[in-house]
Amino acid sequence: MSMVQLLQTNAQATPAKPRPRVRLLPYLLSLPALLVCVAILVPFVTAAVYSLQRYRLNLPHLRGFIGAGNYIDFLSDPAFWNTFRVSITYTVVTVVLELLLGLGIALLLRRPTRFHNAVSIMLLLPLMTAPAIAALMWKLMTNPSFGILSYLVGLFGVTDFKWASDPSSALFTVVLVDVWVYTPFIMILLLAGLRSLPRQPFEAAALDGVPASFVFFRITLPMLAPYIITASLFRLLDSIQQFDIIYAMTQGGPGDRLMVFQVQAYLEFFQYTNVGRSAALLMILWLITNILSNIFIKNWLRLRARAHGHT
Amino acid sequence: MEHSSLAGRIFRGVALTLILIFFMFPIVWIFLMSFQTNEQILRIPPRILFEPTLANYEALISGQLRTAAGNLQISFMRNLFNSVVLSSAAVLLALLLGVPAAYAFARFKFRLGESIAFTLLSFRFAPPLLVLLPLSLYYQELGLNDTYFGIVWVYQLIALPLILWIVRGYFEDISPDIEHAYRLAGHSWREAFTRIAVPLAGPGIAAAGLLSFIFCWNNFVFALILASADKQPVTVGALAFVTASGIQYGQIAAAIVLSVTPTLLLALYAQRYLVEGLSLGAVKG
Repeated sequence: MSMVQLLQTNAQATPAKPRPRVRLLPYLLSLPALLVCVAILVPFVTAAVYSLQRYRLNLPHLRGFIGAGNYIDFLSDPAFWNTFRVSITYTVVTVVLELLLGLGIALLLRRPTRFHNAVSIMLLLPLMTAPAIAALMWKLMTNPSFGILSYLVGLFGVTDFKWASDPSSALFTVVLVDVWVYTPFIMILLLAGLRSLPRQPFEAAALDGVPASFVFFRITLPMLAPYIITASLFRLLDSIQQFDIIYAMTQGGPGDRLMVFQVQAYLEFFQYTNVGRSAALLMILWLITNILSNIFIKNWLRLRARAHGHT
Repeated sequence: MEHSSLAGRIFRGVALTLILIFFMFPIVWIFLMSFQTNEQILRIPPRILFEPTLANYEALISGQLRTAAGNLQISFMRNLFNSVVLSSAAVLLALLLGVPAAYAFARFKFRLGESIAFTLLSFRFAPPLLVLLPLSLYYQELGLNDTYFGIVWVYQLIALPLILWIVRGYFEDISPDIEHAYRLAGHSWREAFTRIAVPLAGPGIAAAGLLSFIFCWNNFVFALILASADKQPVTVGALAFVTASGIQYGQIAAAIVLSVTPTLLLALYAQRYLVEGLSLGAVKG
Protein backbone atom coordinates (compact mmCIF):
# COMPACT_ATOMS: atom_id res chain seq x y z
CA MET A 1 0.00 0.00 0.00
CA SER A 2 1.49 3.32 -1.06
CA MET A 3 1.86 6.29 1.22
CA VAL A 4 -0.93 8.22 -0.46
CA GLN A 5 -3.33 5.29 -0.27
CA LEU A 6 -2.46 4.88 3.36
CA LEU A 7 -3.24 8.54 3.97
CA GLN A 8 -6.48 8.20 2.07
CA THR A 9 -7.77 5.26 4.10
CA ASN A 10 -6.70 7.13 7.17
CA ALA A 11 -8.73 10.13 6.09
CA GLN A 12 -11.78 8.03 5.39
CA ALA A 13 -11.68 6.84 8.95
CA THR A 14 -11.87 10.39 10.31
CA PRO A 15 -15.12 12.31 9.69
CA ALA A 16 -14.95 14.77 6.78
CA LYS A 17 -14.68 18.46 7.65
CA PRO A 18 -17.87 20.46 7.01
CA ARG A 19 -17.68 21.95 3.49
CA PRO A 20 -18.88 25.54 4.13
CA ARG A 21 -15.86 26.29 6.34
CA VAL A 22 -13.52 25.44 3.51
CA ARG A 23 -15.40 27.67 1.08
CA LEU A 24 -15.30 30.55 3.54
CA LEU A 25 -11.63 30.08 4.21
CA PRO A 26 -10.15 31.96 1.23
CA TYR A 27 -12.39 34.93 2.03
CA LEU A 28 -11.33 34.94 5.66
CA LEU A 29 -7.68 34.77 4.69
CA SER A 30 -7.92 37.66 2.27
CA LEU A 31 -10.16 39.81 4.44
CA PRO A 32 -7.31 41.93 5.88
CA ALA A 33 -5.91 42.62 2.42
CA LEU A 34 -9.42 43.55 1.27
CA LEU A 35 -9.62 45.98 4.17
CA VAL A 36 -6.45 47.72 3.02
CA CYS A 37 -7.89 47.95 -0.49
CA VAL A 38 -11.07 49.57 0.76
CA ALA A 39 -9.17 51.92 3.06
CA ILE A 40 -7.15 53.12 0.09
CA LEU A 41 -10.11 53.30 -2.25
CA VAL A 42 -11.89 55.72 0.10
CA PRO A 43 -9.37 58.59 -0.30
CA PHE A 44 -9.17 57.76 -3.99
CA VAL A 45 -12.90 58.26 -4.45
CA THR A 46 -12.67 61.37 -2.28
CA ALA A 47 -10.04 62.78 -4.61
CA ALA A 48 -12.33 62.12 -7.58
CA VAL A 49 -15.12 64.03 -5.80
CA TYR A 50 -12.78 66.92 -4.86
CA SER A 51 -11.77 67.24 -8.50
CA LEU A 52 -15.39 68.17 -9.30
CA GLN A 53 -15.53 70.86 -6.63
CA ARG A 54 -14.41 74.41 -6.17
CA TYR A 55 -12.51 73.68 -2.98
CA ARG A 56 -9.85 75.92 -1.50
CA LEU A 57 -8.65 75.34 2.04
CA ASN A 58 -8.26 79.09 2.63
CA LEU A 59 -11.75 79.91 1.30
CA PRO A 60 -13.95 77.14 2.74
CA HIS A 61 -17.22 79.09 2.34
CA LEU A 62 -16.79 79.11 -1.48
CA ARG A 63 -16.75 75.32 -1.60
CA GLY A 64 -19.23 73.82 -4.02
CA PHE A 65 -19.85 71.43 -6.87
CA ILE A 66 -18.71 72.80 -10.22
CA GLY A 67 -18.84 69.66 -12.35
CA ALA A 68 -16.01 69.52 -14.85
CA GLY A 69 -15.08 73.15 -14.11
CA ASN A 70 -11.55 72.39 -12.92
CA TYR A 71 -10.91 70.25 -15.98
CA ILE A 72 -12.33 72.80 -18.41
CA ASP A 73 -10.12 75.48 -16.85
CA PHE A 74 -7.07 73.39 -17.66
CA LEU A 75 -7.80 73.52 -21.38
CA SER A 76 -7.08 77.24 -21.54
CA ASP A 77 -4.43 77.26 -18.82
CA PRO A 78 -0.83 77.60 -20.03
CA ALA A 79 0.43 76.34 -16.64
CA PHE A 80 -1.42 73.04 -17.20
CA TRP A 81 -0.03 72.60 -20.69
CA ASN A 82 3.44 73.39 -19.40
CA THR A 83 3.00 70.64 -16.78
CA PHE A 84 1.76 68.27 -19.45
CA ARG A 85 4.65 69.04 -21.79
CA VAL A 86 7.34 68.86 -19.08
CA SER A 87 6.00 65.54 -17.75
CA ILE A 88 5.83 63.93 -21.18
CA THR A 89 9.28 65.23 -22.15
CA TYR A 90 10.80 64.03 -18.91
CA THR A 91 9.16 60.60 -19.26
CA VAL A 92 10.10 60.03 -22.89
CA VAL A 93 13.69 61.25 -22.49
CA THR A 94 14.41 59.26 -19.33
CA VAL A 95 12.81 56.03 -20.54
CA VAL A 96 14.47 56.11 -23.97
CA LEU A 97 17.90 56.87 -22.50
CA GLU A 98 17.56 54.25 -19.77
CA LEU A 99 16.33 51.64 -22.21
CA LEU A 100 19.21 52.17 -24.65
CA LEU A 101 21.82 52.35 -21.91
CA GLY A 102 20.30 49.48 -19.92
CA LEU A 103 20.11 47.23 -22.97
CA GLY A 104 23.69 48.10 -23.91
CA ILE A 105 24.99 47.27 -20.44
CA ALA A 106 22.96 44.06 -20.26
CA LEU A 107 24.48 42.93 -23.58
CA LEU A 108 27.98 43.72 -22.31
CA LEU A 109 27.40 41.71 -19.14
CA ARG A 110 25.57 38.87 -20.85
CA ARG A 111 28.12 36.10 -20.29
CA PRO A 112 27.79 35.06 -16.62
CA THR A 113 31.45 35.39 -15.65
CA ARG A 114 32.39 36.25 -12.09
CA PHE A 115 33.56 39.72 -13.16
CA HIS A 116 30.32 40.46 -15.02
CA ASN A 117 28.25 39.34 -12.06
CA ALA A 118 30.28 41.57 -9.74
CA VAL A 119 29.73 44.54 -12.07
CA SER A 120 25.99 43.92 -12.28
CA ILE A 121 25.75 43.79 -8.49
CA MET A 122 27.69 47.04 -8.13
CA LEU A 123 25.41 48.73 -10.64
CA LEU A 124 22.44 47.88 -8.44
CA LEU A 125 23.64 50.25 -5.74
CA PRO A 126 22.32 53.46 -7.40
CA LEU A 127 18.94 51.76 -7.78
CA MET A 128 18.88 50.94 -4.07
CA THR A 129 19.66 54.53 -3.13
CA ALA A 130 16.54 56.49 -2.20
CA PRO A 131 15.82 58.75 -5.21
CA ALA A 132 15.41 61.80 -2.96
CA ILE A 133 18.82 61.10 -1.41
CA ALA A 134 20.32 60.49 -4.86
CA ALA A 135 19.13 63.97 -5.85
CA LEU A 136 20.93 65.39 -2.79
CA MET A 137 24.12 63.56 -3.78
CA TRP A 138 24.03 65.09 -7.24
CA LYS A 139 23.19 68.46 -5.75
CA LEU A 140 26.42 68.30 -3.75
CA MET A 141 28.36 67.26 -6.83
CA THR A 142 26.92 70.02 -9.02
CA ASN A 143 27.26 72.80 -6.46
CA PRO A 144 28.62 75.85 -8.34
CA SER A 145 31.30 76.68 -5.74
CA PHE A 146 32.80 73.28 -4.89
CA GLY A 147 30.92 70.59 -6.82
CA ILE A 148 33.25 68.11 -8.44
CA LEU A 149 31.18 68.02 -11.64
CA SER A 150 31.19 71.81 -11.92
CA TYR A 151 34.96 71.64 -11.52
CA LEU A 152 35.30 68.88 -14.14
CA VAL A 153 33.23 70.63 -16.79
CA GLY A 154 35.28 73.75 -15.99
CA LEU A 155 38.41 71.83 -17.04
CA PHE A 156 36.78 71.44 -20.46
CA GLY A 157 36.31 75.18 -20.70
CA VAL A 158 32.62 75.14 -19.71
CA THR A 159 32.66 77.69 -16.93
CA ASP A 160 29.52 78.99 -15.29
CA PHE A 161 27.48 75.86 -16.02
CA LYS A 162 24.65 76.10 -13.50
CA TRP A 163 23.16 72.57 -13.71
CA ALA A 164 19.76 72.41 -12.04
CA SER A 165 19.55 76.13 -11.21
CA ASP A 166 19.62 77.28 -14.82
CA PRO A 167 16.41 76.89 -16.87
CA SER A 168 18.38 75.72 -19.91
CA SER A 169 20.16 72.86 -18.12
CA ALA A 170 17.68 71.99 -15.32
CA LEU A 171 15.93 69.24 -17.30
CA PHE A 172 19.26 67.79 -18.36
CA THR A 173 20.41 67.64 -14.73
CA VAL A 174 17.34 65.87 -13.31
CA VAL A 175 17.31 63.49 -16.29
CA LEU A 176 20.94 62.70 -15.46
CA VAL A 177 19.98 61.80 -11.88
CA ASP A 178 17.02 59.72 -13.08
CA VAL A 179 19.27 57.88 -15.54
CA TRP A 180 21.79 57.27 -12.76
CA VAL A 181 19.17 55.80 -10.44
CA TYR A 182 16.97 53.84 -12.85
CA THR A 183 19.16 52.58 -15.71
CA PRO A 184 20.19 49.64 -13.48
CA PHE A 185 16.50 48.71 -13.22
CA ILE A 186 16.23 48.15 -16.96
CA MET A 187 19.68 46.58 -17.05
CA ILE A 188 18.95 43.98 -14.38
CA LEU A 189 15.61 42.94 -15.91
CA LEU A 190 17.02 42.66 -19.41
CA LEU A 191 20.09 40.82 -18.14
CA ALA A 192 17.86 38.24 -16.45
CA GLY A 193 15.88 38.03 -19.70
CA LEU A 194 18.97 37.63 -21.87
CA ARG A 195 20.38 34.90 -19.69
CA SER A 196 17.11 32.97 -19.74
CA LEU A 197 16.90 32.84 -23.55
CA PRO A 198 17.30 29.38 -25.10
CA ARG A 199 20.75 28.78 -26.59
CA GLN A 200 19.84 26.80 -29.71
CA PRO A 201 18.95 29.70 -32.06
CA PHE A 202 22.23 31.43 -31.23
CA GLU A 203 24.27 28.25 -31.68
CA ALA A 204 22.59 27.57 -35.00
CA ALA A 205 23.26 31.13 -36.15
CA ALA A 206 26.92 30.85 -35.13
CA LEU A 207 27.27 27.57 -37.05
CA ASP A 208 25.80 29.15 -40.16
CA GLY A 209 28.09 32.16 -39.83
CA VAL A 210 25.19 34.62 -39.60
CA PRO A 211 26.48 38.20 -39.10
CA ALA A 212 26.25 39.61 -35.57
CA SER A 213 23.90 42.46 -36.54
CA PHE A 214 21.45 39.98 -38.04
CA VAL A 215 21.57 37.85 -34.91
CA PHE A 216 20.91 40.93 -32.77
CA PHE A 217 17.97 42.35 -34.76
CA ARG A 218 16.36 39.08 -35.86
CA ILE A 219 16.98 36.79 -32.88
CA THR A 220 18.04 38.61 -29.72
CA LEU A 221 15.67 41.60 -29.89
CA PRO A 222 12.50 39.68 -30.80
CA MET A 223 13.13 37.09 -28.12
CA LEU A 224 13.90 39.76 -25.57
CA ALA A 225 10.84 41.83 -26.53
CA PRO A 226 8.56 40.75 -23.65
CA TYR A 227 11.24 41.79 -21.14
CA ILE A 228 11.90 45.07 -22.93
CA ILE A 229 8.19 45.89 -23.04
CA THR A 230 7.59 45.07 -19.38
CA ALA A 231 10.69 46.94 -18.17
CA SER A 232 9.87 50.02 -20.29
CA LEU A 233 6.23 50.16 -19.21
CA PHE A 234 7.33 49.80 -15.60
CA ARG A 235 9.65 52.76 -16.02
CA LEU A 236 7.10 54.78 -18.03
CA LEU A 237 4.61 54.40 -15.20
CA ASP A 238 7.11 55.49 -12.56
CA SER A 239 8.73 58.21 -14.63
CA ILE A 240 5.53 60.06 -15.51
CA GLN A 241 4.85 60.24 -11.77
CA GLN A 242 8.36 61.30 -10.82
CA PHE A 243 8.30 63.41 -7.68
CA ASP A 244 11.22 62.63 -5.36
CA ILE A 245 14.14 63.54 -7.62
CA ILE A 246 12.59 66.72 -8.98
CA TYR A 247 11.21 67.91 -5.66
CA ALA A 248 14.47 67.28 -3.81
CA MET A 249 16.52 68.90 -6.57
CA THR A 250 14.55 72.05 -7.51
CA GLN A 251 10.93 71.79 -6.24
CA GLY A 252 9.81 72.13 -9.86
CA GLY A 253 11.93 75.18 -10.60
CA PRO A 254 13.69 77.21 -11.78
CA GLY A 255 10.41 79.00 -12.48
CA ASP A 256 8.09 76.30 -13.82
CA ARG A 257 10.77 74.56 -15.85
CA LEU A 258 10.41 71.18 -14.10
CA MET A 259 6.79 71.41 -13.02
CA VAL A 260 5.76 67.79 -13.57
CA PHE A 261 2.29 66.52 -12.62
CA GLN A 262 2.87 65.45 -9.05
CA VAL A 263 5.09 68.40 -8.12
CA GLN A 264 2.51 70.79 -9.55
CA ALA A 265 -0.30 68.99 -7.69
CA TYR A 266 1.71 69.10 -4.45
CA LEU A 267 2.26 72.84 -4.78
CA GLU A 268 -1.38 73.47 -5.74
CA PHE A 269 -2.39 71.70 -2.56
CA PHE A 270 0.11 73.00 -0.04
CA GLN A 271 1.14 76.37 -1.44
CA TYR A 272 -2.06 77.57 -3.11
CA THR A 273 -4.35 75.36 -0.94
CA ASN A 274 -6.43 74.69 -4.05
CA VAL A 275 -7.64 71.16 -3.30
CA GLY A 276 -10.05 70.95 -6.24
CA ARG A 277 -7.48 71.90 -8.83
CA SER A 278 -4.83 69.67 -7.30
CA ALA A 279 -7.23 66.70 -7.32
CA ALA A 280 -8.24 67.33 -10.95
CA LEU A 281 -4.59 67.43 -11.97
CA LEU A 282 -3.97 64.10 -10.23
CA MET A 283 -7.07 62.54 -11.79
CA ILE A 284 -5.70 63.37 -15.24
CA LEU A 285 -2.39 61.80 -14.28
CA TRP A 286 -4.25 58.78 -12.94
CA LEU A 287 -6.13 58.42 -16.23
CA ILE A 288 -2.83 58.33 -18.12
CA THR A 289 -1.22 55.85 -15.72
CA ASN A 290 -4.33 53.70 -15.66
CA ILE A 291 -4.25 53.22 -19.43
CA LEU A 292 -0.53 52.45 -19.26
CA SER A 293 -0.88 50.09 -16.32
CA ASN A 294 -3.58 48.06 -18.07
CA ILE A 295 -1.20 47.46 -20.96
CA PHE A 296 1.57 46.81 -18.47
CA ILE A 297 -0.35 44.22 -16.45
CA LYS A 298 -1.14 42.17 -19.59
CA ASN A 299 2.56 41.96 -20.50
CA TRP A 300 3.60 41.49 -16.91
CA LEU A 301 1.24 38.52 -16.48
CA ARG A 302 2.69 36.89 -19.57
CA LEU A 303 6.23 37.18 -18.18
CA ARG A 304 5.05 35.98 -14.79
CA ALA A 305 3.47 32.88 -16.32
CA ARG A 306 6.76 32.19 -18.10
CA ALA A 307 8.80 32.58 -14.88
CA HIS A 308 6.51 30.17 -13.05
CA GLY A 309 6.67 27.63 -15.82
CA HIS A 310 3.02 27.51 -16.86
CA THR A 311 2.94 29.17 -20.28
CA MET B 1 28.53 35.37 -29.69
CA GLU B 2 32.06 35.68 -28.34
CA HIS B 3 33.63 38.96 -29.32
CA SER B 4 37.16 37.67 -29.33
CA SER B 5 38.60 40.21 -31.77
CA LEU B 6 41.06 42.65 -30.19
CA ALA B 7 39.01 45.70 -31.18
CA GLY B 8 35.92 44.12 -29.67
CA ARG B 9 37.71 43.40 -26.41
CA ILE B 10 39.11 46.90 -26.16
CA PHE B 11 35.66 48.37 -26.86
CA ARG B 12 34.07 46.23 -24.15
CA GLY B 13 36.78 47.10 -21.66
CA VAL B 14 36.49 50.84 -22.26
CA ALA B 15 32.69 50.74 -22.20
CA LEU B 16 32.56 48.80 -18.93
CA THR B 17 35.10 51.15 -17.33
CA LEU B 18 33.08 54.22 -18.29
CA ILE B 19 29.87 52.60 -17.04
CA LEU B 20 31.45 51.69 -13.71
CA ILE B 21 32.82 55.22 -13.29
CA PHE B 22 29.45 56.82 -14.04
CA PHE B 23 27.48 54.62 -11.64
CA MET B 24 30.03 54.25 -8.84
CA PHE B 25 31.66 57.66 -8.76
CA PRO B 26 28.83 59.56 -6.97
CA ILE B 27 28.71 57.01 -4.16
CA VAL B 28 32.50 56.97 -3.72
CA TRP B 29 32.75 60.75 -3.91
CA ILE B 30 30.04 61.45 -1.32
CA PHE B 31 31.59 58.79 0.92
CA LEU B 32 34.97 60.55 0.73
CA MET B 33 33.31 63.92 1.27
CA SER B 34 31.74 62.73 4.50
CA PHE B 35 35.24 62.42 6.00
CA GLN B 36 36.30 65.94 5.05
CA THR B 37 36.06 69.26 6.82
CA ASN B 38 34.25 72.09 5.09
CA GLU B 39 37.61 73.73 4.28
CA GLN B 40 38.82 70.56 2.58
CA ILE B 41 35.59 70.28 0.60
CA LEU B 42 35.76 73.88 -0.60
CA ARG B 43 39.35 73.52 -1.81
CA ILE B 44 39.92 74.07 -5.55
CA PRO B 45 41.11 71.92 -7.20
CA PRO B 46 39.54 69.06 -5.21
CA ARG B 47 41.96 66.48 -3.84
CA ILE B 48 41.54 62.75 -3.58
CA LEU B 49 44.12 62.51 -0.80
CA PHE B 50 43.24 64.25 2.44
CA GLU B 51 43.44 63.92 6.21
CA PRO B 52 40.17 62.14 7.08
CA THR B 53 38.08 63.41 9.96
CA LEU B 54 35.21 61.86 11.88
CA ALA B 55 33.91 65.26 13.00
CA ASN B 56 30.92 65.16 10.65
CA TYR B 57 29.70 61.85 12.04
CA GLU B 58 30.36 62.98 15.61
CA ALA B 59 28.26 66.08 15.04
CA LEU B 60 25.40 64.02 13.60
CA ILE B 61 25.49 61.42 16.35
CA SER B 62 25.75 63.93 19.19
CA GLY B 63 23.08 66.08 17.56
CA GLN B 64 25.15 69.23 18.07
CA LEU B 65 26.21 71.12 14.99
CA ARG B 66 28.69 73.95 15.54
CA THR B 67 28.32 76.61 12.86
CA ALA B 68 29.61 80.13 12.47
CA ALA B 69 26.20 81.34 13.60
CA GLY B 70 26.34 79.27 16.81
CA ASN B 71 25.19 75.85 17.93
CA LEU B 72 22.49 74.12 15.94
CA GLN B 73 20.40 71.26 17.30
CA ILE B 74 19.95 68.50 14.77
CA SER B 75 17.83 65.41 15.13
CA PHE B 76 19.25 63.26 12.39
CA MET B 77 19.59 60.26 14.68
CA ARG B 78 15.90 60.63 15.39
CA ASN B 79 15.24 60.42 11.62
CA LEU B 80 17.35 57.29 11.41
CA PHE B 81 15.41 55.77 14.29
CA ASN B 82 12.11 56.71 12.61
CA SER B 83 13.21 55.04 9.38
CA VAL B 84 13.95 51.83 11.25
CA VAL B 85 10.65 51.88 13.15
CA LEU B 86 8.46 52.84 10.19
CA SER B 87 10.01 50.41 7.71
CA SER B 88 10.12 47.46 10.11
CA ALA B 89 6.56 47.98 11.31
CA ALA B 90 5.31 48.39 7.74
CA VAL B 91 6.95 45.15 6.63
CA LEU B 92 5.67 43.21 9.65
CA LEU B 93 2.14 44.44 9.06
CA ALA B 94 2.39 43.68 5.34
CA LEU B 95 3.61 40.14 6.07
CA LEU B 96 0.79 39.61 8.55
CA LEU B 97 -1.83 40.84 6.08
CA GLY B 98 -0.20 39.65 2.88
CA VAL B 99 1.04 36.10 3.49
CA PRO B 100 -2.36 34.57 4.35
CA ALA B 101 -3.94 36.43 1.43
CA ALA B 102 -1.16 35.29 -0.92
CA TYR B 103 -1.80 31.73 0.21
CA ALA B 104 -5.52 32.08 -0.42
CA PHE B 105 -4.94 33.52 -3.91
CA ALA B 106 -2.47 30.76 -4.78
CA ARG B 107 -4.58 27.84 -3.53
CA PHE B 108 -8.18 28.86 -4.16
CA LYS B 109 -9.33 30.38 -7.40
CA PHE B 110 -12.03 32.86 -6.44
CA ARG B 111 -13.06 36.09 -8.07
CA LEU B 112 -12.76 38.31 -5.03
CA GLY B 113 -9.19 37.11 -4.61
CA GLU B 114 -8.20 38.09 -8.14
CA SER B 115 -9.93 41.45 -7.72
CA ILE B 116 -8.00 42.20 -4.53
CA ALA B 117 -4.70 41.06 -6.01
CA PHE B 118 -5.10 43.20 -9.13
CA THR B 119 -6.50 46.21 -7.28
CA LEU B 120 -3.44 46.19 -5.02
CA LEU B 121 -1.20 45.81 -8.04
CA SER B 122 -2.83 48.78 -9.74
CA PHE B 123 -2.40 50.87 -6.56
CA ARG B 124 1.31 50.34 -6.97
CA PHE B 125 1.10 52.28 -10.24
CA ALA B 126 -1.39 54.98 -9.28
CA PRO B 127 -0.07 58.46 -8.41
CA PRO B 128 0.63 58.31 -4.66
CA LEU B 129 -0.46 61.92 -4.13
CA LEU B 130 -3.93 61.02 -5.36
CA VAL B 131 -4.38 58.94 -2.22
CA LEU B 132 -2.12 60.96 0.08
CA LEU B 133 -3.66 64.40 -0.27
CA PRO B 134 -7.25 63.43 0.64
CA LEU B 135 -5.83 61.05 3.24
CA SER B 136 -3.95 63.88 4.92
CA LEU B 137 -7.28 65.69 5.37
CA TYR B 138 -8.94 62.52 6.71
CA TYR B 139 -6.01 61.88 9.03
CA GLN B 140 -6.35 65.36 10.51
CA GLU B 141 -9.97 64.61 11.40
CA LEU B 142 -9.19 61.12 12.71
CA GLY B 143 -6.17 62.28 14.70
CA LEU B 144 -3.94 59.92 12.71
CA ASN B 145 -1.91 62.76 11.26
CA ASP B 146 1.69 62.55 12.31
CA THR B 147 1.38 59.17 14.02
CA TYR B 148 3.59 56.17 13.33
CA PHE B 149 0.49 54.07 12.72
CA GLY B 150 -0.88 56.45 10.11
CA ILE B 151 2.36 56.37 8.13
CA VAL B 152 2.84 52.60 8.51
CA TRP B 153 -0.69 52.08 7.20
CA VAL B 154 0.06 54.08 4.04
CA TYR B 155 3.34 52.20 3.55
CA GLN B 156 1.13 49.18 2.81
CA LEU B 157 0.71 50.76 -0.62
CA ILE B 158 4.34 49.84 -1.31
CA ALA B 159 4.86 46.75 0.81
CA LEU B 160 1.61 44.85 0.36
CA PRO B 161 1.52 44.46 -3.46
CA LEU B 162 5.15 43.36 -3.41
CA ILE B 163 4.69 40.77 -0.68
CA LEU B 164 1.37 39.57 -2.01
CA TRP B 165 2.58 38.94 -5.55
CA ILE B 166 6.00 37.53 -4.75
CA VAL B 167 4.80 35.22 -1.99
CA ARG B 168 1.85 34.14 -4.11
CA GLY B 169 4.34 33.03 -6.78
CA TYR B 170 6.23 30.98 -4.21
CA PHE B 171 3.06 29.29 -2.96
CA GLU B 172 2.04 28.52 -6.55
CA ASP B 173 5.39 26.87 -7.15
CA ILE B 174 4.83 24.46 -4.24
CA SER B 175 2.80 21.47 -5.31
CA PRO B 176 -0.51 21.39 -3.39
CA ASP B 177 -0.21 17.58 -3.24
CA ILE B 178 2.05 17.77 -0.20
CA GLU B 179 -0.54 19.78 1.69
CA HIS B 180 -3.35 17.51 0.48
CA ALA B 181 -1.54 14.49 1.81
CA TYR B 182 -0.93 16.24 5.12
CA ARG B 183 -4.57 17.31 5.32
CA LEU B 184 -5.76 13.77 4.55
CA ALA B 185 -3.73 12.56 7.50
CA GLY B 186 -6.22 14.43 9.64
CA HIS B 187 -4.49 17.78 10.08
CA SER B 188 -6.41 21.04 9.82
CA TRP B 189 -5.74 23.52 7.01
CA ARG B 190 -4.14 25.81 9.58
CA GLU B 191 -1.56 23.17 10.40
CA ALA B 192 -0.98 22.55 6.69
CA PHE B 193 -0.50 26.29 6.21
CA THR B 194 1.85 26.91 9.14
CA ARG B 195 3.78 23.61 9.09
CA ILE B 196 4.01 22.91 5.36
CA ALA B 197 3.28 25.89 3.12
CA VAL B 198 4.91 28.73 5.09
CA PRO B 199 8.18 26.89 5.83
CA LEU B 200 8.47 25.79 2.18
CA ALA B 201 7.87 29.34 0.96
CA GLY B 202 10.13 30.67 3.73
CA PRO B 203 13.01 31.94 1.58
CA GLY B 204 10.57 33.76 -0.68
CA ILE B 205 8.75 35.32 2.24
CA ALA B 206 12.05 36.49 3.75
CA ALA B 207 13.20 37.95 0.44
CA ALA B 208 9.90 39.75 -0.11
CA GLY B 209 10.15 41.15 3.42
CA LEU B 210 13.70 42.41 2.91
CA LEU B 211 12.85 44.02 -0.40
CA SER B 212 9.78 45.78 0.89
CA PHE B 213 11.89 47.03 3.78
CA ILE B 214 14.26 48.61 1.27
CA PHE B 215 11.42 50.20 -0.69
CA CYS B 216 9.75 51.55 2.45
CA TRP B 217 13.06 52.94 3.67
CA ASN B 218 13.64 54.70 0.35
CA ASN B 219 10.19 56.21 0.22
CA PHE B 220 10.03 59.97 0.41
CA VAL B 221 6.64 61.38 -0.51
CA PHE B 222 4.45 59.57 2.04
CA ALA B 223 6.25 60.91 5.07
CA LEU B 224 6.81 64.30 3.44
CA ILE B 225 3.04 64.76 3.50
CA LEU B 226 1.98 62.85 6.61
CA ALA B 227 4.82 63.33 9.11
CA SER B 228 6.12 66.31 11.04
CA ALA B 229 9.76 66.69 12.10
CA ASP B 230 9.80 64.17 14.95
CA LYS B 231 8.26 61.35 12.87
CA GLN B 232 10.20 61.92 9.66
CA PRO B 233 12.40 59.17 8.20
CA VAL B 234 15.88 59.87 6.81
CA THR B 235 14.75 60.63 3.27
CA VAL B 236 12.67 63.60 4.39
CA GLY B 237 14.99 64.42 7.29
CA ALA B 238 18.05 64.69 5.05
CA LEU B 239 16.30 67.24 2.85
CA ALA B 240 15.19 69.27 5.86
CA PHE B 241 18.72 69.02 7.20
CA VAL B 242 20.14 70.53 4.00
CA THR B 243 17.80 73.49 4.36
CA ALA B 244 18.58 73.92 8.06
CA SER B 245 22.33 73.47 8.06
CA GLY B 246 22.92 75.50 4.91
CA ILE B 247 26.58 75.21 4.10
CA GLN B 248 27.69 72.34 6.37
CA TYR B 249 28.51 70.19 3.37
CA GLY B 250 30.55 67.60 5.24
CA GLN B 251 27.67 66.85 7.59
CA ILE B 252 25.24 66.67 4.67
CA ALA B 253 27.50 64.08 3.04
CA ALA B 254 27.74 62.13 6.30
CA ALA B 255 23.96 62.24 6.66
CA ILE B 256 23.62 60.88 3.12
CA VAL B 257 26.05 58.06 3.87
CA LEU B 258 24.15 57.11 7.03
CA SER B 259 20.85 57.20 5.14
CA VAL B 260 21.87 54.92 2.30
CA THR B 261 24.19 52.46 4.06
CA PRO B 262 21.44 50.22 5.53
CA THR B 263 19.63 49.76 2.21
CA LEU B 264 22.82 49.26 0.23
CA LEU B 265 23.99 46.57 2.65
CA LEU B 266 20.59 44.86 2.61
CA ALA B 267 20.54 45.03 -1.18
CA LEU B 268 23.94 43.35 -1.39
CA TYR B 269 22.75 40.70 1.02
CA ALA B 270 19.50 40.06 -0.86
CA GLN B 271 20.84 40.63 -4.37
CA ARG B 272 19.85 37.13 -5.50
CA TYR B 273 16.21 38.12 -5.05
CA LEU B 274 16.40 41.68 -6.34
CA VAL B 275 15.32 40.92 -9.90
CA GLU B 276 12.28 39.13 -8.62
CA GLY B 277 11.42 41.93 -6.22
CA LEU B 278 11.93 44.70 -8.74
CA SER B 279 9.65 43.01 -11.27
CA LEU B 280 7.06 42.19 -8.56
CA GLY B 281 7.69 38.52 -9.12
CA ALA B 282 7.44 38.44 -12.92
CA VAL B 283 11.11 37.77 -13.67
CA LYS B 284 13.33 35.37 -11.81
CA GLY B 285 17.04 36.09 -11.46
